[in-house]
Amino acid sequence: MGIIKTENLTYTYSVGTPFEKKAIDNINLEIEEGELVGIIGHTGSGKSTLIQHFNGLLKPTSGRILIEGEDIWKSKASTRQARFTVGLVFQYPEYQIFEETVYRDIAFGPKNMGLTEDEIDYRVRNTATAVGISEELLQRSPFELSGGQKRRVAIAGVMAMEPKILILDEPTAGLDPKGREKILNLIKEHHKKTGCTVLIVSHSMEDIARYANKILVMNKSKVFCYGKTAEVFKRANEISEMGLTVPQITRVINELKNRGINIEDEIYTVKYAKEIFLKYLSEKEGGAYD
Amino acid sequence: MGNIIKTDDIHFYYENEYSVEEGVESPVKEILKGINLDINKGEFVAVLGHNGSGKSTFAKHLNAILLPKKGTVYIGDIDTKLEDRHFDIRQRVGMVFQNPDNQIVATVVEEDVAFALENLGVEPKEMRNRVDDALKAVDMYEYREHAPHQLSGGQKQRVAIAGVIAMRPECIVLDEPTAMLDPKGRQEVLKTIRMLNKNFGITIVAITHYMDEAAEADRVVVMDEGEVILDDIPKEVFSHVELLKSVGLDVPQVTELIYELNKYGLNIDKQIITEDECVEALMKILA
Repeated sequence: MGIIKTENLTYTYSVGTPFEKKAIDNINLEIEEGELVGIIGHTGSGKSTLIQHFNGLLKPTSGRILIEGEDIWKSKASTRQARFTVGLVFQYPEYQIFEETVYRDIAFGPKNMGLTEDEIDYRVRNTATAVGISEELLQRSPFELSGGQKRRVAIAGVMAMEPKILILDEPTAGLDPKGREKILNLIKEHHKKTGCTVLIVSHSMEDIARYANKILVMNKSKVFCYGKTAEVFKRANEISEMGLTVPQITRVINELKNRGINIEDEIYTVKYAKEIFLKYLSEKEGGAYD
Repeated sequence: MGNIIKTDDIHFYYENEYSVEEGVESPVKEILKGINLDINKGEFVAVLGHNGSGKSTFAKHLNAILLPKKGTVYIGDIDTKLEDRHFDIRQRVGMVFQNPDNQIVATVVEEDVAFALENLGVEPKEMRNRVDDALKAVDMYEYREHAPHQLSGGQKQRVAIAGVIAMRPECIVLDEPTAMLDPKGRQEVLKTIRMLNKNFGITIVAITHYMDEAAEADRVVVMDEGEVILDDIPKEVFSHVELLKSVGLDVPQVTELIYELNKYGLNIDKQIITEDECVEALMKILA
């Protein structure tokens, strides 16, 4: 039984107006507990609409959404429960920071959950450390922080609620390579430590290739495929045709294969590509590059 | 050929970040620490650097949004410190920013493109021509009567670019114009920038942290901690893999692969920055 399950999930925007549009169309999906899933898809493919269903921000036009086996629209209580089970970090979350201090901003979610002061304090300090926000910053105004720090504070605010499912919509948008790496590493670390289920929406195939175990590809309001990273990148040609880009390294490997070089095609990181080439050369030249 | 932009040892710090000791102001943190750069007419220059490296601060000096605390910026032969020439400077050097939603002011696309021209007092007939030309140049003419909110991010950025080129500038400075766009939007904007450079000879200074974008420029300037640390053609710049990584930047994946393979005693051309070059080089050793 997956932790997230959708049954014939359909959502139509602006029903009854000339702008009526099916944003997601008959989605049947099951995501297993503890996975780290990368979600990719063109702008307008329905990926944001889909994730907004997972914590009940949008109500399906038809179909059902089950979190831990329970229909989140069964009762008011189950909808509320879904919002605590599923933590959603929006795009550019730093724009949603509003509290006077970093501490209070991170504490906002846990407070709403009705936790004790001690528990809140513990969680705020714990998550702040996890996202690399030092003790002395906690009493500062969040608006004195750098862009990267602000984003980490916003993510910490959701992590502090300790959701079983953490969803992040383009958490690295607009950051430089160092900032991207930092955010992705802390998400990966959080995933490893807590064993929670993580879904990351991203436009960067390179990042997804390096961090996710599984990939969900959305196309034209439907699920194009959902599977292990290696299996999904095997379909590089089809993914490229959708206007998405596969990692540069994968394109190079595919071209070499087209030209008759016999190497495996499940390569999507530089590190792995290097190993494969060295092995290939060793076999060809009798152990020269071991 | 001549310079369109010349910066002579420019230094910059923010007003609230200096200390006064014995009546002498000294900056707590200098953002720019003496930048000397000449940008030639018609050049396509990419400026790379991590967040906080000073690259955006530098960009804002190029059309007098910021003025250097020390040193001089010349646009053509105009010193940007001459306030009464700011109008001329901004007409010669246009600027496009990161967020498409922050730079569109009108409710109809063509009115947005005309905004600067209205301020400049351009004749209505001439204005009509320039707006049409600008929209055609960025391939947004058929959207001229749309409302900006109906457009995608890439389309909005192209409208912002049209607003700048309607002023007929000699140079466009773009501060991370694709950072908030999806891959398709990025492609649209890049194609537009390249076309303006090639077909209209407009000088381009593009601030970015996407390595693949920088790889397409004529020249790449890498900034770190307020200084220029590399300034060369892309192939040369990207061959400094370790240096770039040490300042928080990436290199294209193909460059990194070749660099890694060479560590094992392979002898492949280290100036590889495109997929095609990489495939050719690998075919030579694998086949």
